[in-house]
Amino acid sequence: MPDSHPSDDYGSSAHFRLRLLRDRLAQYAVGAGGVGVIIAILLIFFYLLYVVMPLLESPDMEAVASYQAPGGTPSLYLAMEEQAEVGVSFDAAGRVHFFATGDGSEIRRLQLRLPKGTRVTTLAAAQPASGVVALGLSNGQALVVRHRYRVSFPGDRRLITPELEYPLGEEPLTLDPYGHALQVLAIQSGEDGTTLAGWSGGTQLHLLQARPEESLLDDEGGFELFRRTTTNSVGPLKAMRMNPEQRALYLVGEDGRLAWLDISDVESPSLVEQIPVTAPGVGVRDVQLLAGGISLLIAGGDGRVGQWFAVRDDAGERRMRLIRSFDVQAPLHALVPEYARKGFATGEADGSVALYHATSHQRLLRRPVSAGTIRRLALAPRGDALLAEDADGRLHFWRVHNPHPEVSWSSLWGKVWYEGHDRPEYLWQSSAADNDFEPKLSLTPLTFGTFKAAFYAMLFAIPLSILGAIYAAYFMAPRMRRVVKPTIEIMEALPTVILGFLAGLWLAPLVESHLPGVFALLIVLPFGILLAAWLWHHAPQRWKSLVPEGWEAALLVPVLIGLGMLALQLSPWLERLLFGGDMPHWLSAELGIGFDQRNSLVVGMAMGFAIIPTIFSIAEDAIFSVPRHLTNGSLALGATPWQTLMRVVLLTASPGIFSGVMMGVGRAVGETMIVLMATGNTPVMDMSIFQGMRTLSANIAVEVPEAEVASTHYRVLFLAALVLFLFTFAFNTGAELVRQRLRRKYSSL
Amino acid sequence: MRSTTEWMKSGAPWIWLNAGAVAASLIMVLGLLGLIAYKGLGHFWPARVWEFQYHRADGSEVRLLGEIRDQESINAARLRDAGEQVPEDAGEEVTRYLVKIGNRDLFGRDFLWLIEPGIASRELAPDVVAFERREWGNFYGWLLAVKQQGDKVAEGGAAWPELLARLRRVDELHDRIRTLEKDEIGAINYRLERLRLQQRRLELEGRDTPRALAGLEAERKTLKARFATLRKQLDGLYRDIRRDSALMKIADGREVEVPLAKVVRAYRPNAMGPAGRAGFYLAKLWEFVSDEPREANTEGGIFPAIFGTVLMVMLMAALVTPFGVVAAVYLREYASQGPLTRLIRIAVNNLAGVPSIVYGVFGLGFFVYFLGGNIDRLLFPEALPAPTFGTPGLMWASLTLALLTVPVVIVATEEGLARIPRSIREGSLALGATKAETLWRTVLPMASPAMMTGLILAVARAAGEVAPLMLVGVVKLAPALPLDTNPPFLHLDRKFMHLGFHIYDVGFQSPNVEAARPLVYATALLLVVVIVVLNLTAIYIRNRLRERYRALEQ
Repeated sequence: MPDSHPSDDYGSSAHFRLRLLRDRLAQYAVGAGGVGVIIAILLIFFYLLYVVMPLLESPDMEAVASYQAPGGTPSLYLAMEEQAEVGVSFDAAGRVHFFATGDGSEIRRLQLRLPKGTRVTTLAAAQPASGVVALGLSNGQALVVRHRYRVSFPGDRRLITPELEYPLGEEPLTLDPYGHALQVLAIQSGEDGTTLAGWSGGTQLHLLQARPEESLLDDEGGFELFRRTTTNSVGPLKAMRMNPEQRALYLVGEDGRLAWLDISDVESPSLVEQIPVTAPGVGVRDVQLLAGGISLLIAGGDGRVGQWFAVRDDAGERRMRLIRSFDVQAPLHALVPEYARKGFATGEADGSVALYHATSHQRLLRRPVSAGTIRRLALAPRGDALLAEDADGRLHFWRVHNPHPEVSWSSLWGKVWYEGHDRPEYLWQSSAADNDFEPKLSLTPLTFGTFKAAFYAMLFAIPLSILGAIYAAYFMAPRMRRVVKPTIEIMEALPTVILGFLAGLWLAPLVESHLPGVFALLIVLPFGILLAAWLWHHAPQRWKSLVPEGWEAALLVPVLIGLGMLALQLSPWLERLLFGGDMPHWLSAELGIGFDQRNSLVVGMAMGFAIIPTIFSIAEDAIFSVPRHLTNGSLALGATPWQTLMRVVLLTASPGIFSGVMMGVGRAVGETMIVLMATGNTPVMDMSIFQGMRTLSANIAVEVPEAEVASTHYRVLFLAALVLFLFTFAFNTGAELVRQRLRRKYSSL
Repeated sequence: MRSTTEWMKSGAPWIWLNAGAVAASLIMVLGLLGLIAYKGLGHFWPARVWEFQYHRADGSEVRLLGEIRDQESINAARLRDAGEQVPEDAGEEVTRYLVKIGNRDLFGRDFLWLIEPGIASRELAPDVVAFERREWGNFYGWLLAVKQQGDKVAEGGAAWPELLARLRRVDELHDRIRTLEKDEIGAINYRLERLRLQQRRLELEGRDTPRALAGLEAERKTLKARFATLRKQLDGLYRDIRRDSALMKIADGREVEVPLAKVVRAYRPNAMGPAGRAGFYLAKLWEFVSDEPREANTEGGIFPAIFGTVLMVMLMAALVTPFGVVAAVYLREYASQGPLTRLIRIAVNNLAGVPSIVYGVFGLGFFVYFLGGNIDRLLFPEALPAPTFGTPGLMWASLTLALLTVPVVIVATEEGLARIPRSIREGSLALGATKAETLWRTVLPMASPAMMTGLILAVARAAGEVAPLMLVGVVKLAPALPLDTNPPFLHLDRKFMHLGFHIYDVGFQSPNVEAARPLVYATALLLVVVIVVLNLTAIYIRNRLRERYRALEQ
């Protein structure tokens, strides 16, 4: 725009300079304000993206320190406490070293009191969070210890004091009565007792269960011991694991056979299943339980780590199955699971450490940590640090940044085989009561629900709104149009919470009790209208002249009310005649279709109601603004009004109508309150009109306030919001562009 | 017959079908408004209380007292499936009534379904008395006597006037108790909390000198002393209010003593004349809009929700108007009209179509957690770890809704600016006015009705929005209004109640949905009326505006 102030001959006047200054100031102020507001609006997009970004970042780890292992002997077991500040290592001589992970300095050293002349031959850990460790001795006995950490704040500084406890007493318990050295051991410990399983070569397996004695004094209660010897059917054992409930014992032989023993009654163990878990001749390198103790990780000699868990087969029996496997690049020497998440780490022959996540089926990263083979690994309880011991006896302490391992493209959108499920599924279940729960974060069922709701809403809204728009724009008397258009447009402003409330509490029960009537409406209404029109056509001219042309809609209002009442009155009768008196019951009994009271039919009607005005208003504008000379030309050439409409008007206005439909879809996809109130909000993948759904928007509304800030769940919900934002924005922009093109076309006509 | 085929050919039937679509839409809109109005307004009308002799399925006969709330005709087989005992001779369709029997503390439930064949007789029980109570819902029964500290003071015919007189006294006492508790003791508690925060702040800043602490302690002492006197006063009032009770006979013949302190209102529904009913109706209506909710929001009024909605919308309007207008003026008057501006215009337009829940998520993440969390750390460290602004509240709700509605204001204002003929601007410039002067003196005044339209539409949208508010500040029951007599008077950090959320919460989260439903209809009606009026105003202004400029253009 050209500069608009007058020429400079007035410039001498101070008053004018002031005016110019004000003009300039106003320009800057408005510019700054305007740009600011626009930036603020765009901020929404960038902020959502900013919250979602960490999900896409690849994890990272960095070296903190490297030092000689305290005590100088190779460790049998390594672990860290909650803060990853203190580490612990157990060695074969029964020494326990607590050391600062940051620099390797020793904090405390303890010598376990082993019987004379014995040494530790094997070691097994219970669930890592319990801190319970069992040491198998060369005399066939086992000692159970627990490492614990007390945190105190003397002088406002955190002080972590490591301790060692003996949950089953300081005396070792005899496992192998013949006194052979224990070679493989398994332990789990819980409130109801501790169970140990030991193998010292041969075909015998020794079980020991210590149950707390029923005593009034909880703390100092003694133990009752139960022993049992059973058969090891898989030959020389490589490893043995017990599930945290102490009901299942998994034996893995060196040749790659797995035996699953049911030890829920420790005195009568039974073999559930015995299967090969590796190819013949490949062998097994290590076996671990994933956090939660449902899945077994079995590392084979072929460089693959398989995840196994029990799945119900066709006969309904629970059988171990290979769910997924991960490739390990170099020969594996150490395998550790995470404490709470379904991840694990591997230590390899070339000195590398790799992190994996089971649910999202991905290797997160792989880093060389040392020059020599990694033989022992420990992950911090929060998964934010790791400790690796190499063949030279050096410890390497690394910080790990791995906040969202459970998210990958496949875990968000694909079918995932979750623990305890019988097949891969699309599931959304973001939280549960227990800690080591496997979050199921598939956005697919939510997206499906969103589109399902939108689909049924469009099914209801498109015919009504487009037919209505055609009539209102082209046939309706102007006086009536002036009333009708604002009335329908006011619908758009009706708070959706009211529509949702009516849909959930009034419409849903009504539809349930008059289901056949509702479907009868589909037939009764169109045919009723045609019949009324035909009758009107044959009505005496005298009557017809009472209602001028363009007022048909007003004439039809009482007709439609009557037809509607009729259909609903017919409903019980139809229900008796066709459906044995109860259609929802008939549906589930005869057709196997489940019926929810708050279902897609109700949502479709309520949300359709909400989007009718959106489509109607835009489509009506498009049809109404088709240039008059086009229609006049067509009419002058002898076409009937209907032919003109079909061949000329609709063709010209079709982009506008399309844009209205797109706007409607955009609105239906983002609608929250109606779906929240009118559906059961269960994330099912089922197109049935009698079932509900859970949509992205309702899911966000329900879950965001509860989600922990910056957790994976929180970020995935933001991702859902971003998806909604992008989707509606794209649809609306498309609609807007179509409309603008149309406007230009009209102005050129 | 020929005329019929011709008629079919002419397309007229299709035109009628199109007309049917319009008619259906109209019926739905008007039917919806009518339904809400009928259900919402009907609730306050005093229903008659019937006395039923009812044969239970097991053959026993009971006497019941209650209002008929609903009736429906239902398939007998379906009822039998649901476990109801329906006599074989009842026919296929059975009428059943939903009866509100009240006396929840005695019967364990408020509502009962009675089937027509079981009702031996029903009549309008004379002299039946209904109480609205502060807890346990309604009470129905016959008044036997009025008692004062356990001694009968009035019986028979004299009991009713005596009861009314004593209820007035209870009412007064109740008001005084509320003033004491809410206003005076509330203010003291508020000041005590402020003192605690002041002290904590002094400690954090290392300025906790003995002198400063002593000052705070002295103030605290005075407050506590004042609190003790108020407490004593309150105890006295509580003693007084518990003095009277009514001896009542209920439907099953038991005699029950109802303390008057628990009674909000007593009336004889069957003895009221039309004038009495109308008076009752108006009183209930007034209570609905001016009183606080009782019994988990299922009884009483919705004043805090109205207040919260209005206050939030006003704050939002104060935020959205200047920013929206400035942005529109910038886009239309100052920005060069290139492709970038066109793109921005489309983007702004489309933001109006972005789902409101997305704004809610943004508000929660950015305003509440990010901005609020930082404000707390910088300005209110003394309250931590309890958040001040780092939690959903009034300010964040208004800001979020302002962001949600700013596109509406921008679009409407821009449209208004675009409608002003060029000639007017050029005339002003030709007379020597600067651009800012032209804008300020000529263009903006002419566009003001358009801004007004935008604002009204924004307010209408904000008043009806619920989804984002659920995330950024609305609660089902706020302990205090966000505006009160304690400085700084307007508490932007407080949570508030909202009409739309009230509908969602009471209708779907309430333990006693059946009892709450009429109230939800009434709330919905209020909200619909507000929004329809606002929209009609906007449409009216828009139409007048169009006429005006049409005249200018010619």
